[in-house]
Amino acid sequence: MSAQVSVIVFPGSNCEFDCERAFSLLGAEPHLVWHSETTLPHSDIVVLPGGFAHGDYLRTGALARFSPIMAAVSDHARRGGPTIGICNGFQILCEAGLLPGAMRKNTGLKFICKWVDLEVANAQTAFTSRTQPGQRLRVPINHFEGNWYCEDEELQRLRDGGQIVLRYADNPNGSRDDVACVSNAEGNVFGLMPHPERACEAMLGSEDGRLLLGSLLDAVEARRTVPA
Amino acid sequence: MTVAQGVHRDLGLTDDEYESIRERLGRDPSFTELAMFSVMWSEHCSYKSSRVHLRKMPTEAPHVVLGPGEGAGIVEVAPGTLVAWKIESHNHPSFVEPFNGAATGVGGIVRDILSMGARPIALMDPLRFGPPTDPRNAYLVDGVVHGISSYGNSIGVPTVGGETIFEDCYAENPLVNVACLGFVEGPLMVGRAEGVGNKVILIGSSTGRDGIGGASVLASAEFDETAGEKRPSVQVGDPFTEKLLIEATLELIRTGLVVGVQDLGAGGISCPTAEMASKAGTGMRVDIDRVHRREPGMEPFEVMISESQERMMVVATPENVERVLDVAAKWHLDANLVGDVTSTRNLEVSSEGKVVADVPADALAEEAPAYERPYREPSWIAEVRDAPIGDDPPKDLEDAILTVLGSPNVAGKRWIWEQYDHMIFLGTLEGPGGDAAVIRLPDREHAVAISVDGPARYCYLDPYEGARLAVAEAARNVATVGARPLAITNCLNFGNPEKPGVMWQFAEATRGIADACTALGAPVTGGNVSFYNETSGRAIYPTPVIGMLGALDDLDDRVGMAFSGDGDSLVLLGATDPGDMGGSEFAKVIHGCVGGRPPRLDLTAEKALHSLLHRAATARLLSSAHDLSKGGLAIALIESSLRGNRGFSAELDDDHRILFSESPSRAVVSCPPASLRELRHFADELNVPFAEIGTVGGATLAFGPVEIALDDARRVFETGLAGLLSTSMS
Repeated sequence: MSAQVSVIVFPGSNCEFDCERAFSLLGAEPHLVWHSETTLPHSDIVVLPGGFAHGDYLRTGALARFSPIMAAVSDHARRGGPTIGICNGFQILCEAGLLPGAMRKNTGLKFICKWVDLEVANAQTAFTSRTQPGQRLRVPINHFEGNWYCEDEELQRLRDGGQIVLRYADNPNGSRDDVACVSNAEGNVFGLMPHPERACEAMLGSEDGRLLLGSLLDAVEARRTVPA
Repeated sequence: MTVAQGVHRDLGLTDDEYESIRERLGRDPSFTELAMFSVMWSEHCSYKSSRVHLRKMPTEAPHVVLGPGEGAGIVEVAPGTLVAWKIESHNHPSFVEPFNGAATGVGGIVRDILSMGARPIALMDPLRFGPPTDPRNAYLVDGVVHGISSYGNSIGVPTVGGETIFEDCYAENPLVNVACLGFVEGPLMVGRAEGVGNKVILIGSSTGRDGIGGASVLASAEFDETAGEKRPSVQVGDPFTEKLLIEATLELIRTGLVVGVQDLGAGGISCPTAEMASKAGTGMRVDIDRVHRREPGMEPFEVMISESQERMMVVATPENVERVLDVAAKWHLDANLVGDVTSTRNLEVSSEGKVVADVPADALAEEAPAYERPYREPSWIAEVRDAPIGDDPPKDLEDAILTVLGSPNVAGKRWIWEQYDHMIFLGTLEGPGGDAAVIRLPDREHAVAISVDGPARYCYLDPYEGARLAVAEAARNVATVGARPLAITNCLNFGNPEKPGVMWQFAEATRGIADACTALGAPVTGGNVSFYNETSGRAIYPTPVIGMLGALDDLDDRVGMAFSGDGDSLVLLGATDPGDMGGSEFAKVIHGCVGGRPPRLDLTAEKALHSLLHRAATARLLSSAHDLSKGGLAIALIESSLRGNRGFSAELDDDHRILFSESPSRAVVSCPPASLRELRHFADELNVPFAEIGTVGGATLAFGPVEIALDDARRVFETGLAGLLSTSMS
């Protein structure tokens, strides 16, 4: 059975269809889950897509963490279920306390949509197992508030724990330590500002996103083969 | 409410129009009725000065499913695949309040597309401002771009291109046009209040006092120095609600719960109620007490003409009303049953149990006045034609190339388009900065190409020729990426139509568009007219902006503008006339001249070039193709180099006019040497002039008489505009 991927749709999400398409291309079975649901269908992976959940007129992600579905998302994550937040999804996971750090506006105080190069900081994670340490990945960013921040001590802890997963080769937004993707300590929840779902087809400019989303599918496969 | 004498004039209605209203009603209109007429008969909503000219445009072709008069034109781009395509203006609101003016411009065109049952999948923004060296203009650019970015990015519709032009004439009257492409996912929808007894439901944002009289106050009058006082007439956008409205409306249409849909824009509630009833030959009874409001104490007329954003009106059978309300509730949208479809052919509006308006729907909509405004060629045209063309040789050719390359109209627009999400929906195969955007349609193996063009300087010199050139350039852009031009939408930005000189420009431009569209087989499917683009009596250049739609039958047929193979042969297709310097970028930038006549266009040669480009693309002969326009051959070669990060070596004459002439009907293409023979054979067959001019490769732009390092050109191109803007804004 192919991996079941739940893509959470908040009012104001807008990358849900793109995530659906990308996971379909990789052979998974994505389905959309509306934010007012209180339970998840069977989900091997939960994806919080990009967009402007609840309009993001307040702080990004600040309202979305209170959406009814978030309790089920937290349960899934705390049980070790692979979970990724892309862009707005990353912002929401930070607000929900499932990932470390917080977001500020980009240093240039402008929205930025462009292709960037990422460097794999930790290739031993469920999100990067198909990559090599130091490998460069070409993936686009698309955000106004991607300037990730955390305190010195916490940053050290994240570095030591291998939780810094991807870094920008050329920091576009002021993010602390050039961080583009972090994970939780357990290594099953990932947040990143770049959009891997936009980099899964050569005709769109890159297929590097497949390495990241594909790694997650491998992790699902591995979890299945481990006897409960 | 009694109506004070002469109040119609304050609402923008003439004495004659007032008399005509009295005649149709057989009595004095109430104040609410008068307000409704004032917005529906405004220039913006009624096209009263333009209709007689617009009627002369070609609107039919086998692939045109719906032409002008609907929310958007509908074109069949492949068997069974329909797209919606439409352009709108939001010029005056954007001058008064650039952020919200531009943002709500995006919102408005998106709802037009949505009203047809199409999902909005791409936006383009043709923008025009005064010189970026002026801080006021830089502020407007920043505000408009931020407004588009903020709204478009949030609703999740990619902004895939546009154009940004700077001219003195736009300093007090910038132009903000917005085009939107939609993909018809399910059944096609139209704005008809069919079925007596059916219910009318208003969905979306609450109605407030924002945007009272936007169409009549802002869009249908000239500006003077008190423009800032009109700020309350600008609406405030809420992209979050718009995104929900998109999903809710598409769900209503997909599930067959509604029989008619129309967006609310200019004219507020008056517009869809009158138009949907008029088009269906029915009537409508509306109880405005049921309209959900943002504030208490609103007068009936305010409710009827408020232009609060993010609202849609739908018509449903009585048994489906509850389900319609459920869908709205699921998307967290307010929705209210506000009226019924009747057989009276009247629009009857009641409030607190009293009828406050009862007028024939046709009188508001279809039967709005139409004027044959007088027009004549203005005397200054002759002077401009005799003015210096500006084709003298530059002091230094290399310097001239780099100066034109870094000038605001030619320099790269990355500073703008990197603020737009241009990738969402995974369809952007060619995005901003190319000749045309190429958009893969959802779950389809074919794509469409879209481009917006409006060479206003040519139109200033000669509106007929300029308008033909606009259509030709837009079509050429679409042909260059490998597509077949199919249809246009147009945004006609002009000055005050009550002035015979402006009306002459309009008549000439529409005639030019009609002739070019006929010759190129791409009819007009709709568009928008924006008059009164004048401040303190100074009109803008006549600015018809053409939005061209083309179809690519196979995704792999598309051709980019980037040089992509070292050793490729460089070929110039089409004939260069060294005399085509009038209104050129070279003349303006190097000599400060705008004079003479615009380039001469032969539509037969233009069409032949399109056929050749299409044939070469489908035969997969080309590595790159790029249209020649602003800055001529010199700039086209550099742009292809920069995009592909590869230089070239060409053997060109040292006549600067060969490099900078803006003769139309030309493209510079590159291909592997092995494809050269076949390409030449096609060109001969189609009678397109063919000249092998050099080779792709290296890190130098070698024109023959001049050599420029690729990196130097990149610096000039990338920093030209951004540098000017940041200096002005600091």
